[in-house]
Order: sequence, then C-alpha cells, then structure tokens
Amino acid sequence: MSPIVSVLVALIAIAVVAWLFRFLGQASTSNAPFFRDMPYASAFGYILGGAALMGGLWLYLQDGAVFFRWAVQGFAAFAVAGWLFRIFGRVVGTQGSRKLFRSMPLTASFGILTILVYAFAAVFAGVIAPYGQDEIIQGVAANIVPGGDPAIGGNPDFPLGTDQLGRDLLSRLIYGAQNTVGIAFATTCLAFFIGCTFGFLSAVLQGWFDQIFSRAVDVLMAIPSLIFALLLMTIASVWAPQLGIPLTAFMVVIIAVIDSTRVYRLARAVGYNIVVMDYIEAAKLRGEGLGYLIFKEILPNATAPLLAEFGLRFCFVFLTIASLSFLGVGIQPPLADWGTMVRDLAQFVNFAAFAPQVAAAPLLAAGAIALLTVAVNFVVDWMLHRSSGLKS
Amino acid sequence: MGTVTRIILQRLALGLLTLLVVSVVIFTAVNLLPGDFAQSILGQGATPEAVAAIRQDLGLDQHPVTRYFQWLGGAVQGDLGTSFASANFAAFAGSDANANMGTVASTIAPRFENTMFLAGVTAAIAVPLAVFLGVLAALYRETVFDRAANIFTLSSISSPEFFLAYILILLLAVLNPILPSLSNIFDGMSFSERLERTLLPALTLTLVVTAHMMRMTRAAIINLLASPYIEMARLKGINPLRVIVKHALPNALAPIINVIALNLAYLITGVVVVETVFVYPGIGQLFVDSVKLRDIPVVQACCLLFASAYILLNLTADIMSILSNPRLRHPK
Repeated sequence: MSPIVSVLVALIAIAVVAWLFRFLGQASTSNAPFFRDMPYASAFGYILGGAALMGGLWLYLQDGAVFFRWAVQGFAAFAVAGWLFRIFGRVVGTQGSRKLFRSMPLTASFGILTILVYAFAAVFAGVIAPYGQDEIIQGVAANIVPGGDPAIGGNPDFPLGTDQLGRDLLSRLIYGAQNTVGIAFATTCLAFFIGCTFGFLSAVLQGWFDQIFSRAVDVLMAIPSLIFALLLMTIASVWAPQLGIPLTAFMVVIIAVIDSTRVYRLARAVGYNIVVMDYIEAAKLRGEGLGYLIFKEILPNATAPLLAEFGLRFCFVFLTIASLSFLGVGIQPPLADWGTMVRDLAQFVNFAAFAPQVAAAPLLAAGAIALLTVAVNFVVDWMLHRSSGLKS
Repeated sequence: MGTVTRIILQRLALGLLTLLVVSVVIFTAVNLLPGDFAQSILGQGATPEAVAAIRQDLGLDQHPVTRYFQWLGGAVQGDLGTSFASANFAAFAGSDANANMGTVASTIAPRFENTMFLAGVTAAIAVPLAVFLGVLAALYRETVFDRAANIFTLSSISSPEFFLAYILILLLAVLNPILPSLSNIFDGMSFSERLERTLLPALTLTLVVTAHMMRMTRAAIINLLASPYIEMARLKGINPLRVIVKHALPNALAPIINVIALNLAYLITGVVVVETVFVYPGIGQLFVDSVKLRDIPVVQACCLLFASAYILLNLTADIMSILSNPRLRHPK
C-alpha cells in the first residue's frame, strides 16, 4: 500500500505548490494576463510537468536506473535521427518530396526512417549479418551475455551474445527482419489480393454473388481472429507433416484468409461508391469486360483508402504472426524470428536487477516488433491526417 | 417501447443465428483433420480393436451430421465432450469408475471463472481511467499533454501484448519488487491475495485497452465540439470542463459505450497472450496448451466459448448504441 500513499502525498504536494505558483505569480507581476487568466488546472499541469521533469532528471542520475537511462537515450537518439532525416528530406530529393518533408511532423519522419531501415535490413540481411541465422558457431559457448564485457561472461565478438544453442543473437535479430517482416508483408499482400478481388467482384456483380460472400464474411468476422488462427493452426499442424508442406506456409495462407475478410469489407464499400459513377456506366456501355472494369476503372480510383488500410493491416498481420510465434505455433525453427526469440529468452528478464545487459536481449527482440508497428502507425496516422484535410 | 423490444429481439435472433453458423464452421474445420481422433490418441502401435473401441465410444463411427447435432446438443446442455489430454482411457476399456474425469466442462469451468476475474479487474481499472483521460485529452486538445498522450497511446496500441507484459514485469516485479511476476492462483486463496496476483496481467491488458478507448472517447467528444449547441453553451460563458461533461459527454455516450464493448471483446484475444506470459491459469492459457497438445475437444470448446463471448459483447454494443440514441430508438 505504501506506493499508493506516496503517490497521493506527491499529488497533494503538487496541488499545493500549483496554487502557490499561480498566487505568487499574480501577486508578483501585479496580475499580468498570463497569470490572471490561468485556470487552476493549467497551473497544476505546469507544476506536474515540472515535477515529472525533475523526477526524471533525478532518476537519470541514479546509479541503479540503467534501464531508464537506456530508454531516455534511445528516445533521444530516435528523435534526433528523425529530425536529421527530416532536414535531409527537405534538402535532397524532387520538389514534390521536399515539399512533403516540409510539412511533416517529427513522428512521421521518424516512422519513414524506421521503415526504410527495416526494409534495408530485411533485403540485405545476408550481407549485414556476421553469421548465418541457424549457424551454431563452433568453439563458442552458448548463452554468452550481451554487452561484450568479458568480466561478466560476455565476448566482444558477439555484441548481443549467443542463445541457448550458441547461435549469434545479432545475426538472428537481423535475419528476424527478413523472416518476420518478410512473411508478414507477403501475408498482407496475399490478404489484399484475395480481399480486393472478391470485394471488387461483389461491387461489380452485386446480386447473389455479393450476398453469398458478404454473409460468409460476416460469419468469419464473428470469430476473434487470433482464436480462429490458433484453431486452424492446430489443424494445419496435423496436415503439414502428411503433405510435406512447411507449417509456415499454412500460417501465411490461414492469416491471409482471415485478414482478407476485413479487406473485403473495405474493398466492397469503396467499390460500391465507385460503380455508381458515370464513367463506369460509360465503360459498361462501351462493352468493356469485367477485368477492364476492375483493373482499369475501379482499382486506380480506390488506391488511396486501400493504401492506408494496407499499412494498418500490415501492423495487425505482423502482430498476429509475432503473437503466434510467441505462443509457439507460428514461424517454425530454424528460421530466426522475433516472436520465438522473445519466448526463448524471456526468462532472462528476471536477472535484470543483477545484470541489466542480460535482460536486454529478449526486450530487444520484442522492441524490434514494437518499433516497426509504432513507425507504421505514425506514418499512417500522418497520412490519414493529411488526407482528411485537418491541419493543426 | 414496442419497437425497442422488437429491435432487441431481432438483434438477439441474429446473434443466435451467427453463433449457430459459427459452431458449424468450427465443427467443419475440426472435421477436416486427416485420419481420426482415435488413431491419433493411441499413436502408431494401436491395435485395430482398441481403435474401434474408442471410435465407438467417442461416436466417431457415425455420420458427421449426426455427430454435429450430438455435439451441439451436448454443448447446449453444458456437456462439451471428453478432453483427450486428461481423459482416462482405461475407462473406455469397460469400467466407468472415472466417468466424470477429464470432461471438457470440468476442465474449463474453474479456468473460465479465473479469466472472468481477470477481465473484471481489467475493466474496473480501464473503463473509468479511459473515459477520464479521454475527457482530459479533449479538454486540453492540441497541448503538450494531448500530444504526449497521443504518442503514448499510439505506441501502446501498436506494441505486442507480450512486449508490454515484459516491460511491466521488468519495472514492477524485477527492478522494484512490488507485485509477483507469476500469477499462480489456486482455490482457497483470500480475495486480496488473489487480486494482488492478478494485478500485473490486468495492468498489461489495461494498457492496451485504455489507449484505444481513450483515443475513441477523445475523438467522439471533439467531433461534437463543432455543434451549434456547444457553441451556445460556450457563449453563455460556462467553463470548458462543464461544457464537455454536461453538454458533450451525454451525446458522445453512444460511440463511447460502443467502443468500450468492442474493447472488452478485444480483451478476449488479448487474454490468450497475456495469460501465457504470466502463467495465469485462465481459459486462454488452456487454449494455447490444448493447441500445442492437439487436444481437439478442448480447442473446439474454447473456440466456441470465445466466439460466443465475442458475439455477445458485439451484440451488447449494438443494442446499447440503439438504446442511447433516440433517433434509432424511434425510427420513422
């Protein structure tokens, strides 16, 4: 109970100081408008913010608060990187891209930079990574501590240490970008292919075709997606060895089908708005076929909403795959992937009090997942904000 | 009142129909399995007699449609079949000594209670917190507080649940040992002890759910702030907090209730991962374990349970938003 009491005491102290702050401000500046019109809540906010800053500074200077220091340094580094990237984008590039960067918030430029870095790591994983993803390095102990400090069991050759089988964690982290992100990207593309095809077909054909697919999608969407994915993965895990197809391929198809229901809904709704346009009527009267209508008339006009949905859908798919892998039924070893890495290394979190470096390994893998989804969300948020015409 | 009852009854019937179709989907999916259960229980070296005995005992020799109706009929009466993992197959050999051992219902019941407890604690923390923070963010929109809240909520929505869970373990259980990092709950625990062990998983779920609910509350209130009656209230000279709490919030209630119900439905999925991280003996953990053991009857039953909870909550959201909106309550 004592933490709650101390928080309460701190809040009361802040409330008192806030009142004093406003009162003294009014008295000493003989009611300057800034202090005269200040609501009490704003004064409270100023003092609370100030107290939080002071507390953070105090914590930063403590010896024990290693994680807090890392978090602050990481946050600062990301902010600076995003800021530098925005300046870079404002100077280099075509006129259009320079203009885009000029009105971009810091979060969005950080998001774009992060996505580019991940894409680079995914494409060139084989070149960057010092070792293979499933290479058990000869003559090197398993469970080398991250940090490269020989005094506590590290090894400078392996900056992030090795896992329980003696594989280099840095290499596995880099290959994780290729496997986890690559598979999630492929799954999203497949989901969009299925969802858009049937969604647009429903919009064009309407009638019984639309009815059948819409009702089927309603039913599939009534089952929570992770639960349904787990059910189907159970069944796939029986089929996979019999058919000799890797389980990961089943996972891609299963998640793509489940997520395509959400894409179908959007594609159908967007398509319905487009097929009532006059140019569709004109194309029909010209005698154009179904393929022409979908690919040449509907698709180009539906790109903007579908693109934003693609970003969000990618996040969902990525998180689902990571969760499945974390639960042990997703991407299968020996492929390196972040969800499995978190599960395998999770117990090291308990050593954080004695050796912070040891606990960093599972958090790095989990953080790599979080960072990418946060980045994509930042970019999509900015895109939606821009397209909705809200300027702040 | 007549129209309202009719609308609610219509929605209920629709929900029931959906559930029925969902049960067909689940049953069909499971019956796509190659081979049959009897073979997979006994393994490679099974004698044909033993396989036949189990097939007959589980009713596997009957037509799938018959089996579906038997399963459904049992499920409605609370009999969900026998768990493969915990079943005593000696009982099939003739003696019915342990007839009640290892039924799916007896495996699920205590865990269902635990999960309900976890969801209840989460909702009790998350819902008031989210509405409070949402109102604050709407009140101080476009300020430092709002931006910080925006970045924070966006980050916690887009992080995987296990990342948040391990961060909380790191902060609250390892570095500052305030709460236990494992939630081993058993019968006969005192309420406060049970609450203490549930708090960490509940906080993890709270982080995910609150962020979403808060953003929606903020958006719903800000949406209304352009309306003429808000302008009027402002011109009367009432303070901004009162404008929001008395004039905007009641009208924003429908979308907020909707979002709360949807997020409680989301809890159902989140529970699976979070329970696994904290080794919380709930239905989510049972589900994951059964998936790994290929314990089909339990997987089937859990899936049905999750789906019905999901449908029920979505239905509640639907009905609540009709009830809170006079225009929907009295359609022309």
